[in-house]
Amino acid sequence: MTGTRELNFGQAINEALRQEMRDDPSVIVLGEDVAGAAGRAHLGLIDAWGGPLRATRGLIKEFGPERVIDTPICEMGFVGAAVGAAMTGLRPVVEIMFVDLIGVCYDQLVNQAAKMHYMMGGEVELPLVIRTAYGTRGDKRSYGGGAAAQHSQTLYATLAHVPGLKVVVPSTAYNAKGLTTSAIRDNGPVLVMEHKFLGLSAKGPVPEDAYTVPIGRCEVVRRGEDVTLVGIGRMTHVCLEASEMLAQEEIEAEVVDVLTLNPLDEATILESVQRTHRLVVVDEDNPTASMGRDIAARAADQAFEYLDAPIKTVNAPETPVPFAAVLEAHYTPRAEHVVAAVREQIGVAA
Amino acid sequence: MSLIRRFEERLKWLVETGVPVGAVHYYTGQEAVAAGVCAALEPQDWMASTHRGHGHCIAKGVEVARMMAELFGKATGTNHGKGGSMHITDINKRVLGVNPIVGAGVAHAVGAGLSAKVRGANEVVVTFFGDGAGAIGTLHEALNMASIWQLPVIFVCENNGYAQATPVEYALCSPDVAERAPAYHMPGLTVDGQDVIAVWCAADEAVRRARSGGGPSLIECKTYRYYGHHQGDETLRYRTADEEQAARERDCLERFRQQMQAGGPLTLAQLDEIDARNDRLLDEAVEFAEASPLPDPGELYTDVYVGDSRPARA
Repeated sequence: MTGTRELNFGQAINEALRQEMRDDPSVIVLGEDVAGAAGRAHLGLIDAWGGPLRATRGLIKEFGPERVIDTPICEMGFVGAAVGAAMTGLRPVVEIMFVDLIGVCYDQLVNQAAKMHYMMGGEVELPLVIRTAYGTRGDKRSYGGGAAAQHSQTLYATLAHVPGLKVVVPSTAYNAKGLTTSAIRDNGPVLVMEHKFLGLSAKGPVPEDAYTVPIGRCEVVRRGEDVTLVGIGRMTHVCLEASEMLAQEEIEAEVVDVLTLNPLDEATILESVQRTHRLVVVDEDNPTASMGRDIAARAADQAFEYLDAPIKTVNAPETPVPFAAVLEAHYTPRAEHVVAAVREQIGVAA
Repeated sequence: MSLIRRFEERLKWLVETGVPVGAVHYYTGQEAVAAGVCAALEPQDWMASTHRGHGHCIAKGVEVARMMAELFGKATGTNHGKGGSMHITDINKRVLGVNPIVGAGVAHAVGAGLSAKVRGANEVVVTFFGDGAGAIGTLHEALNMASIWQLPVIFVCENNGYAQATPVEYALCSPDVAERAPAYHMPGLTVDGQDVIAVWCAADEAVRRARSGGGPSLIECKTYRYYGHHQGDETLRYRTADEEQAARERDCLERFRQQMQAGGPLTLAQLDEIDARNDRLLDEAVEFAEASPLPDPGELYTDVYVGDSRPARA
């Protein structure tokens, strides 16, 4: 196999899981309805669900219920079990259906998974992947939106904050497969944040063979010399959309896709800022203590002398995620917000 | 039991003479539980501990010198000075960690049991938890998962009567934790946790069941901690001197001597010899800890992330 064909984001993750499970019998998948209809095979019912992005659909047919394990609803219990399994010879890939549910298992992520290697003086490896869906739909079309305040958050800053947890945020089908593969092969805990909107819509060319996208590197996805737009996950697409709008005003934006929140590839961001002299960070998270502001602070600290204008951050507002489509659309950062921030930096009237 | 008792007594003496060993939770009084349960295990079996974990680790074979060095914050410690009392681990002895988040270890044990099952390994898992953990949700989640998946996990409740200063009869609607076993469709047994032979018998049966694919068990050991929740805790603020005295009269080491005297395989002279050898081991442990180097300050920054990735396979 050497070909490339178009897959959506969920299919790309599915392929990463499938290939790594074929490659390594110690890789298992567990979570709520990662297969669905558990225990009903005798009725001919199997593989009923496959997770919110359908990223685990079909795995049970190839690997069986011993390796594709539907859990009861008990995030603290099964994330804890995954920690124990990772300490004893397996490479579990856990799905927490939505990132909003980390409140239920925060101890196992923050006190256990993140710190085990350190607390134990490096004597224990913890090859654990946590996949979780996040984000708002952010437009007025129906599916995927309207999940409101407890099923639409980002929350990745609260995870990236914790030393020991690697946090990756893929933005395309290509890097979703490559980062998931890297996460599974990593010997420590890695959180993979999967945007719900991208999961069901982002399509792109994906090589058939297994490959990795390195954890801990940003990617410059558009070259430009007037301003650096830094995007996280879906916001990278918002930055690209904004860059097209800016190009019509003869402002050439460089777009950096963060891809890994922790450990953050500061060098790529700073290097870009040193060339463009302007920085706008776009983050779907609430602003206080967000990654967007963290990246802005690092640039202010380390590249201040290169800046021609104050750094701008574009975040969701300081509110919970609302329900009504019109409110949700208003909540989610859009390209117009990014364009407005750049205009303000450059001193162009709207 | 003798080594655990001596380790904790030595530690208490060190604490009281001002040696900075951080926060410690003495296991004194409960030795029969760790010793009885771990005697039923094989070297390949796993053990998940609690915050009060020195006894569990010693019973599972962790070297007391390296444990003592860890408590002294030395580079030669079990965790190279990065864990302390509340995180002592030796993965080579199949210890999944002393764990001061109440109820966390029971979930790890379920995962280790799942792992053994998926890998087809002849390994069982013991998880200790206190009566305090009887109130936390993770225990329910773990018991349920272990049961629905029929995992080789032995849940051992060390009911010492107190969660810090809160008595069990206040905190749990039933102070008898083993009563829950039928609801999880697993065998449950209550044993005198001051009787090491009774504990061993119960554990041995549960281990055999787990090893032969018979699924999980719940064993409740009624026991007592002689000292406070942690060093310096004044127990008489929440329990009576009479109660403490009554518990000490059921001392597990004294009981074992009586059992041996009444016809066991060890003579009192042999028991004395074991005690003397353990005293020497602890002299050596303290000497080793004192003589060991402190961690290099640069160690602060190492082991935050796990280094290498698994190489891709052909």
